[in-house]
Amino acid sequence: MTVADVLLLALGAVTLGAGLLVVTTRHVVRAGLWLVVALGGLAGCYLVLGAELVAWVQVLLYVGAVVVLLLFAVMLTRAPIGPSHDLDRARWPALLIGFGAGGGLAALLVDAYRWTVLDLPPAGTAARLGEAVFREWVLPFEVLSVLLLAALVGAIVISRPDVGASRTPRPRSAAEQVPDDTGQPVPLGGAGRGGGE
Amino acid sequence: MHPVIPYLLASSLFGIGVYGVLARRNAVLVLMAVELMLNAVNLVLVTADATLRQHTGQVFTLFVIVLAAAEIGVGLAIVLQLYRLRRSVITDSIDAAEGTALPTAEPVPAADRVEAR
Repeated sequence: MTVADVLLLALGAVTLGAGLLVVTTRHVVRAGLWLVVALGGLAGCYLVLGAELVAWVQVLLYVGAVVVLLLFAVMLTRAPIGPSHDLDRARWPALLIGFGAGGGLAALLVDAYRWTVLDLPPAGTAARLGEAVFREWVLPFEVLSVLLLAALVGAIVISRPDVGASRTPRPRSAAEQVPDDTGQPVPLGGAGRGGGE
Repeated sequence: MHPVIPYLLASSLFGIGVYGVLARRNAVLVLMAVELMLNAVNLVLVTADATLRQHTGQVFTLFVIVLAAAEIGVGLAIVLQLYRLRRSVITDSIDAAEGTALPTAEPVPAADRVEAR
C-alpha cells in the first residue's frame, strides 16, 4: 500500500458515500449538493492518478457549471424544500440491475488486473495534454466545438416557445390544450414566459 | 499504485448511477444519476491512461466532460419545457404515445387506399 493507494481508498469512500446519498436522499436539493461532494472526490482521484488538467476541468465544468445548472433546474421546477416521499418507484428491479451492472463490471476488471502494481506515469499537465489534443485529436476537438454550438442552439429552440412555431395560427384541437392549475385550458406553447436557462 | 482500486470505484459508481436512473421518478434526479454514470466512465478512462502511459485517455476524458455539459444543457431545457407543459417532472406520468396523435393529416380510410392503388 503506497500513499497513492491510501489516498485513492479514502477519496473513493467519500465518492461512493456521496454517490449513494445522491440516489437515495429524499431531499431534491440535497441530492444536488451531495453530487458536488461526489464530483469533488472524483477530481481528487484524478489528481492522485496524475491527471491534473482533467481534475481542474472537472472542478470547473462539473462542479461549477453542471451542478449549478442542475440546481437551477431544481429551483425552476419548484422542488419542495423539505423531504418528499414520492421520489422513488419500486426499488427491487433497480437494485437488481444496478448490482448486476456494477458487480459484473467489477468482476471483469478485478479478473483483468488482479493485484498488479504499477508506477504512476508523468502527470498530465496542460502542456502535455495540449500537445496530445492538437497533434492527434484536432478533428474531434473541432467537431466537438460544432456539437457544443448545436447543443446551445437546440437548448434555446427547445426552451423558447415562440421559436419554431408556425407563423399562421392553425386551428387548435382539443389535444393541444393542456389544463393548468386553475383548470383553465391554456394553449400549448404559449404558457409561461421565459423560464428557460 | 494498484489500478484495481480506481477500477472498483468506477464500477461501483456506475452501478449506483444505474440504480438511480431506474429508481428515481423526478427527471432532474435521473439526470444527476446519469452524471454519476458518466463520471464512472471518466474514471475508467483516466485509470486506463495511467496504465497505458499515453495521454489519450485523458484527452477522451476532456471530450466526455464537454459532451456531458452539452447533454445537461439540452436535457434540462427539455425538462423545463416538460415542467411548463405539465407542472410536474415526474417521469411516470408521461405517456409516450401521446405526442404521436398530432392533427397533421386526416387518416386515409382503407377503401380509398385500395382504390388509389
